[in-house]
Amino acid sequence: MTTLIIAEHDGQTVKDATRKTLTAALAIGGDIHVLVAGHTVGAAATAARRLAGVGKVLVADDASLAHDLAEPLAALIVALAPAYDAILAPSNAVTKSALPRAAALLDVMQVSDIIAVVAPDTFERPTYAGNAIETVRSSDALKLITVRTASFKATADGTGEAVVDAIAVAPVTSFSRFVGEHLTESSRPELAAARVVVSGGRALASAENFNAVLTPLADRLGAAIGASRAAVDAGYAPNDWQVGQTGKAVSPDLYIAVGISGAIQHIAGMKDSKVIVAINKDEEAPIFQVADYGIVGDLFEIVPALTKALG
Amino acid sequence: MKILVPVKRVVDYNIKVHVKADGSGVDLANVKMSMNPFDEIAVEEALRLREAGKASEIIAVSIGPDKAQDTLRTALAMGADRGILIKTDATVEPLAVAKLLKAVVAAEAPGLVILGKQAIDDDCNQTGQMLAALLGWPQATFASKVVIDGTAAEVTREVDGGLQTVAVNLPAVITADLRLNEPRYASLPNIMKAKKKPIAISSPADFGVDITPRLTVLKTADPKARKAGIRVGSVDELIAKLKTEAEVL
Repeated sequence: MTTLIIAEHDGQTVKDATRKTLTAALAIGGDIHVLVAGHTVGAAATAARRLAGVGKVLVADDASLAHDLAEPLAALIVALAPAYDAILAPSNAVTKSALPRAAALLDVMQVSDIIAVVAPDTFERPTYAGNAIETVRSSDALKLITVRTASFKATADGTGEAVVDAIAVAPVTSFSRFVGEHLTESSRPELAAARVVVSGGRALASAENFNAVLTPLADRLGAAIGASRAAVDAGYAPNDWQVGQTGKAVSPDLYIAVGISGAIQHIAGMKDSKVIVAINKDEEAPIFQVADYGIVGDLFEIVPALTKALG
Repeated sequence: MKILVPVKRVVDYNIKVHVKADGSGVDLANVKMSMNPFDEIAVEEALRLREAGKASEIIAVSIGPDKAQDTLRTALAMGADRGILIKTDATVEPLAVAKLLKAVVAAEAPGLVILGKQAIDDDCNQTGQMLAALLGWPQATFASKVVIDGTAAEVTREVDGGLQTVAVNLPAVITADLRLNEPRYASLPNIMKAKKKPIAISSPADFGVDITPRLTVLKTADPKARKAGIRVGSVDELIAKLKTEAEVL
């Protein structure tokens, strides 16, 4: 059998999410190819050659793929599908949008957000905000799968012997058109891949506090900054910082939850973290039920003290 | 322009579900059920578009058991004009839901379908994309802002890294994200009025759609539990624990 992985990349390098998806693909077994789709992605394709255990890198380099729109990417996946038994993608905003579109065109029921491979046709996936883990077996001949990367370790890179194949991209009738984007500028590690995440909740009480209290600690730890849904809804943090059922799922070595009560849907996105620290003034807050270390107290005193003590 | 809003009856978002001891699923007996919160946002957006003069009629459609009529009544009480229930007690996967919705679209010819990006029970995040594919329509997922201008919609989408804006020609499928709007509460008079609004009831067989699941759920289990840890009394104690015990600093 042959599996195709849709790479997550930034045009230059291959993201760790791709290496984590590769771990899931290796568990399924068989030959593995990687698709690098986008516009001017030559460097990323070269990086993909070094992925361990990958036999072939398919490069689809076309202006129509520049903005990760769902329709052209889905059409490309549909065109490539006949050669594969399984197509895996890291679960991200691009694949969440494009892969179900491809699945419907291929008459396949996608398996979303797998957290374990039980057998080549059987997977574990979370439902009900992670409160129930279903083991599902797919009866479709072709498997289309998104992978919750927080649940898999990244592979180490190999020696770079994969063959590179340029793929012709057929023109797609115009569907959605790119108008613009507003991306959060940040020199911090990416939330989904960071080793340490400092996350803030509604108790920060304003965007100014959110920034003033959490940024120094995150800087000190080289951490990404996350947020609860409540903090994002209140406008304290941008939408793409949201950790939870409908935001990002993260699994850092250290997750520091500051002023986050611990709603079910938030815990769904961070409970795979290795070590969880909770700082909250409410000692009954549910976050303490999943935290390895908890401090009950005023975050406005504790966080600056912690930052200072870390020197 | 008609707007079609698919709505799903799911376990209420405040309920923490429990896995049945025999692993056959989650226990939904006597559990409060509500409209999927993302679908509520979709209903609200449709209502706002009608209030802005961009839409003439809002049709709510649900696929599910007889009780899904309650969910449709919620949509009608919020302000939708009429409901369609495709009644089945079976589990209907997103692919089959999309096929049924495609048939409803063929019958109703809406200019826009707007629905929640994800249902909070199966957490699949597929139905809107699949429907757009089957219809050959453009899609704009994870919408946090929708502006309809004549025959096109400009949609701001929540993506990794920030926001992306796309334009789609209508008809199109839009899926609603959390921050698109805050849904209204239905007023008592509107709840009373909703009881008189029509709900047409049909079955999947009426549309000739095979809803046999492609995925077999072999078992349902509790997630790996995290043990509650310890309380530390000071920042210094915390740092010491993180260094020597947890070894993450």
